[in-house]
Amino acid sequence: MPATAEAGARRAGGGLLAGLGRFLTLVRRDPFATAGILIYTVFLFVAVFADQLATHDPNQILYRANGRVASNQPPFGAFILGTTNLGRDIYSQLIYGARSALVVGVTAAFAVVLIGTLVGLVAGFFRGVADMILMRVADVALGIPFLPFVIVLASFREPSVWNVVIGMALVVWPSTSRVIRSQVLSLRERTFVEAARVTGSSQARILFVHIAPNVLPLSFVYGSIAVGWAILTEASVSFLGFGPTDTASWGSMLQQAYAAQALSRGWYHWFVPPGICIILVVVAGFFVSRGFEEVLFPKLRD
Amino acid sequence: MQGSSRLISRLILTLFVLWTVATILFLIFRLMPGSPLAAFVSPTFTPEQADSLRRQFGLDKSLLDQYLLFIGNLLQGNLGESFFYKRPVGEVVMTAFANTIALTMGSLLVAYVFGVLMGAMFAWKRGTAIEGVGIPIVLVTRAAPEFWLGMVLLAIFSFGLGWFPGGGANSAGTTFSSDWARIFSLDFLRHLILPAIALALYLQGLPLLLMRTNMLEVMQEDFVTMARMKGLSTWAIVIRHAARNALLPVATAFALGIGQSVGGNVVVETVFSWPGLGRMLVEAVASSDYPLAQGAFLMITTVLVTMNFVADLLYSLLDPRIAHAGHR
Repeated sequence: MPATAEAGARRAGGGLLAGLGRFLTLVRRDPFATAGILIYTVFLFVAVFADQLATHDPNQILYRANGRVASNQPPFGAFILGTTNLGRDIYSQLIYGARSALVVGVTAAFAVVLIGTLVGLVAGFFRGVADMILMRVADVALGIPFLPFVIVLASFREPSVWNVVIGMALVVWPSTSRVIRSQVLSLRERTFVEAARVTGSSQARILFVHIAPNVLPLSFVYGSIAVGWAILTEASVSFLGFGPTDTASWGSMLQQAYAAQALSRGWYHWFVPPGICIILVVVAGFFVSRGFEEVLFPKLRD
Repeated sequence: MQGSSRLISRLILTLFVLWTVATILFLIFRLMPGSPLAAFVSPTFTPEQADSLRRQFGLDKSLLDQYLLFIGNLLQGNLGESFFYKRPVGEVVMTAFANTIALTMGSLLVAYVFGVLMGAMFAWKRGTAIEGVGIPIVLVTRAAPEFWLGMVLLAIFSFGLGWFPGGGANSAGTTFSSDWARIFSLDFLRHLILPAIALALYLQGLPLLLMRTNMLEVMQEDFVTMARMKGLSTWAIVIRHAARNALLPVATAFALGIGQSVGGNVVVETVFSWPGLGRMLVEAVASSDYPLAQGAFLMITTVLVTMNFVADLLYSLLDPRIAHAGHR
């Protein structure tokens, strides 16, 4: 921690880009983090170029040359991963699933990190009543069972991925804000903050120009974990049947496979690939944050 | 003195959180757009259901009266009557709760015993190939959706090999003298194994990584160096000094894990048709059984908030620094 904090103190200021830059420098020193970034890059590529990479429309019912529905086709034939019981192309669903996962993962992570960071900054910097109120709200949010909350939310609203995003934004931010808050509590006593105060910088300027850039790397760490968590949650909600039915997602693929008794029929090519995709994306977030932690706490390095 | 005032303030906070979450739940069920309680009663309900709803939730009264009725009933443990089961929600929820607790405790115990031992070993083998291969594997198990692990286990060990039943908590047609006899029967255990393993595979990562990190940290503390200088064997240091101190955050995580699993098991319970609280919540929500959905949600919340409180207590009880500060 001292290493990064000092480096941050010297280069106080610089805003979002500097925070991101410092995050990437730290990431590059660790092979795990590099692997994580690599997985993220491939995932991003697939999501952006889904139209080019997919072989079929993921929701279209496909027919064979003889005019019959191409249902339950085996993998590695005419269809890369075979087809579902209703004649849809599994590989194309998997590709488009990356796109919905990216949308949910990034928006939810952004919402969580934005709220978590702002709350942490304000609570840690102003302390007193603001801190007390914000931390009690955090206690309440930690007392809400997350997945049941999203399910109840989804049942009253139209089925959409936004339920997951809203649920995460409302319930998941406290862990981020607690960490940011304790970081801010120590930062505000540093000499560079004292110097800014003496030279007459306003409160807002000290908070957002001098202190905020120093906690941004931490925010990115929590963001990379939140991406994975959002994707896991979306998969769970879709699996339970509360997700949107018109977009291909890894969770809805698993739900359809389960409902079509793919388990008892041994159609592994249907339900194994979506699970592996989810694991890869979530683990990429862990790798990135783990690599960062090792740099953050050099005590662990022998 | 300080210790007991801290206890009281945490207790007050816990009750405050419970009350707030219950109030949020009340508002969701009444004010959310699309909520049948907000729109009085949806036309898809049978007249009996509509009547029952009006009676249970006091829908013909003002919002404030409804809220007072809700809190009053809650304090008396009256959660209303389920549409589907035609029985008091409290009763239905308690049966499901027993199943959920059996699954949660079973999987947590397996996960934590395994995780603590492996974590200590990983700390011990720091920098070796075992750690190099082991850590990524652990991270992968933590990243896998529990319900997907459950699906794969079901496909292989239940449908493929036929070793375990394909779902439920008891074989059809078996009867038991009491809930206790049912939960401690061999039949129940056979049904429990697969879902418990699916959950344990996911849960073991946290205690393992915690134990490893704490061991590494504790090993660098002064008292361990001191023990080394006294000439104690490495093994004695690990068992008597390092492991004991490293276990504290793991114990806290265990308590938190109980609270989180009770709500988080929703999907695994659905995959294995396990008649627990989570699956009950999903079914109640899907079939518009609002009294039951509300009761199941409140039960899950109560467990979560209580375990957060217990974890907090455990932490202050077990951490020598906090405990000593309290005695002074």
